[in-house]
Amino acid sequence: MSNKTKTLIFLLVLLGVLCVLPLILSTYYLGVVTSALILGILAMSANLLLGFLGLASVGQAAFFGVASYAVAIYTRSAEGAAWSALGIGLLAALGAGLLFGPLAIRTRDIFFLVIMLAFCQILYGITYSWRSVTGGDDGLPGLARPDLIPGVSLDNALSYYAFVVVVFLLVTAGFRLFVNSPFGLVLKGIRDSESRMRALGYNVWLYKYIAFTVSALLGGVSGILHAYYYGCPNPADFSLIHSSSALLMVILGGPGTLFGPLAGSLIIVFVREFVSSITDRWLIVLGLAYVCTVLFFPNGLMGTIASMGKRSSKDRLQTKESLSEPSKQESSADLVSADRSK
Amino acid sequence: MEFWIIQSLNALSFAMLLFLLCAGLSLIFGLMNILNLAHGSCYLIGAYVALSVITWSDSFFLGLLSGSAAAGAVGFVLQRFLLQRIYGRRLLQVLLTFGCMFIIGDVAIIIWGADPTTLDKPEFLTGAVNLKGMIFPKYRLFVIVVGITIGIALWLFQEKTKWGAILRAGVDDEQMTRAVGINVPLLFTIVFILGTALTGLSGVLGGPFVGVYPGVDLEVLLLAVVVIIVGGLGSMKGAFFGSLIVAFLDNFGKALFPELAMFTIFAPMAIILALKPTGLWGRVL
Repeated sequence: MSNKTKTLIFLLVLLGVLCVLPLILSTYYLGVVTSALILGILAMSANLLLGFLGLASVGQAAFFGVASYAVAIYTRSAEGAAWSALGIGLLAALGAGLLFGPLAIRTRDIFFLVIMLAFCQILYGITYSWRSVTGGDDGLPGLARPDLIPGVSLDNALSYYAFVVVVFLLVTAGFRLFVNSPFGLVLKGIRDSESRMRALGYNVWLYKYIAFTVSALLGGVSGILHAYYYGCPNPADFSLIHSSSALLMVILGGPGTLFGPLAGSLIIVFVREFVSSITDRWLIVLGLAYVCTVLFFPNGLMGTIASMGKRSSKDRLQTKESLSEPSKQESSADLVSADRSK
Repeated sequence: MEFWIIQSLNALSFAMLLFLLCAGLSLIFGLMNILNLAHGSCYLIGAYVALSVITWSDSFFLGLLSGSAAAGAVGFVLQRFLLQRIYGRRLLQVLLTFGCMFIIGDVAIIIWGADPTTLDKPEFLTGAVNLKGMIFPKYRLFVIVVGITIGIALWLFQEKTKWGAILRAGVDDEQMTRAVGINVPLLFTIVFILGTALTGLSGVLGGPFVGVYPGVDLEVLLLAVVVIIVGGLGSMKGAFFGSLIVAFLDNFGKALFPELAMFTIFAPMAIILALKPTGLWGRVL
């Protein structure tokens, strides 16, 4: 069975499961799954950078927040423009990606991470203090879900769930097509050896820039869905918790995989719902989840299960290795080329 | 003229605070290649512990000592029991230190509550000095003096002592340092404790004017990150001059264009990123 049919079968099974869920779950748990799917898309956007470019971003919430604010601000000024609001949200995320991209992709490794963190915090600061436009720390409450098709309202939990499922599956299929295209293969090549790809004549900068922008767009999709789901964009959309959770979900599920981020997102969101129903101190549990993931499942749950089953997964482990440890060869090769250029 | 002098002194005191905050982060990164994102938490712990000790003993200097010690203890646990297990794996270090930041922040809310507070200044540092008609708070002068003293002490330590030589050797070539018989794991632990204790110290010093509140950990982390981007990671010089640049821009930016406060820090960061991504005095990775 080829990889393609496997993915297709998996996608159909997922669709089946997601269709059956409303029949067996209460409205509350349906909401939890909706939330997990939304954050799953955010995790996918982090996965594109981490799994296919080797860049760890703790600023994906920047695009998430920008898109959700754009939708809310636009909806407030123009009544009843449902489709155009979605378009504006996506454009805002795209714009943020195009704007931050040139600065962010100049850097690598820890600097990339730090810069994305800074971007995100700056946007947080702006939304917090620019009261007249963003509503400050109150956010912009009262964002109503639109009627996408006349007569079909997204206002109840079930219809919104269905909408999110459709978007999620479309995004997943699109993601799969993207990373398996020649373009995606070049990205993997850049991840494994940037200098080699450059030597082969690829415009590494442009590839990175486009991938970064696509990742921003994905973050925007997630942000729009999130904004309509809760109806109130607020500065917490930019919070570090969103950004770093997206990263944690990717690690948990396995970077560079198609369905890993969704698995990670389901785990984290369900743990969150469960813990916050018992105690207010849910951040402690989230923090412990980080620490435990790092100490006990550094290759992700999937990776751990795979190695426990003693399947030979040499390929995957090699990818992991190159992700978590910037290869010495690579950086020294870069240093040499930098020396020569002087 | 008076405006400029007062604002410069303000900026200088803020710069010294930033320097103490970033010196530890930079020291740890330079030696161990670890970006400690729980750095802000050390600031938080330093300030909160000092708050409790000062209320209990009424002595600011006991607060300074205990705040630094508490932050150093947090650093010890973090390095010895957690970070050492994943040495060299950058991404995991990032997640781990993030996790610790969340945990410490939440535990602090349980112990000290969620209300913003400020530390009391010591008796003899309250009030202001009168410099030829210019009024300037004594406490801020004190912070400038402490910052410069510690900066010089750190420089002397690095350049003139045997331990400093060992430290520099570890930064330059870890394997060679091991090979000549130096206990590098011990060096790592000591530097980590030193770095986090310095941060705790900055928390206590900053307590009277920055204050302590839930979320301050992230705010000071962001400031430290901006300083690092401007000055470069892994060098003392970068931390020192980066702090000066950021503090002056921030202070004058806020004084001259109050509505653009966020951009006065952001703009120089973006410019330096565009020109020199590793920072002005950064090491090439």
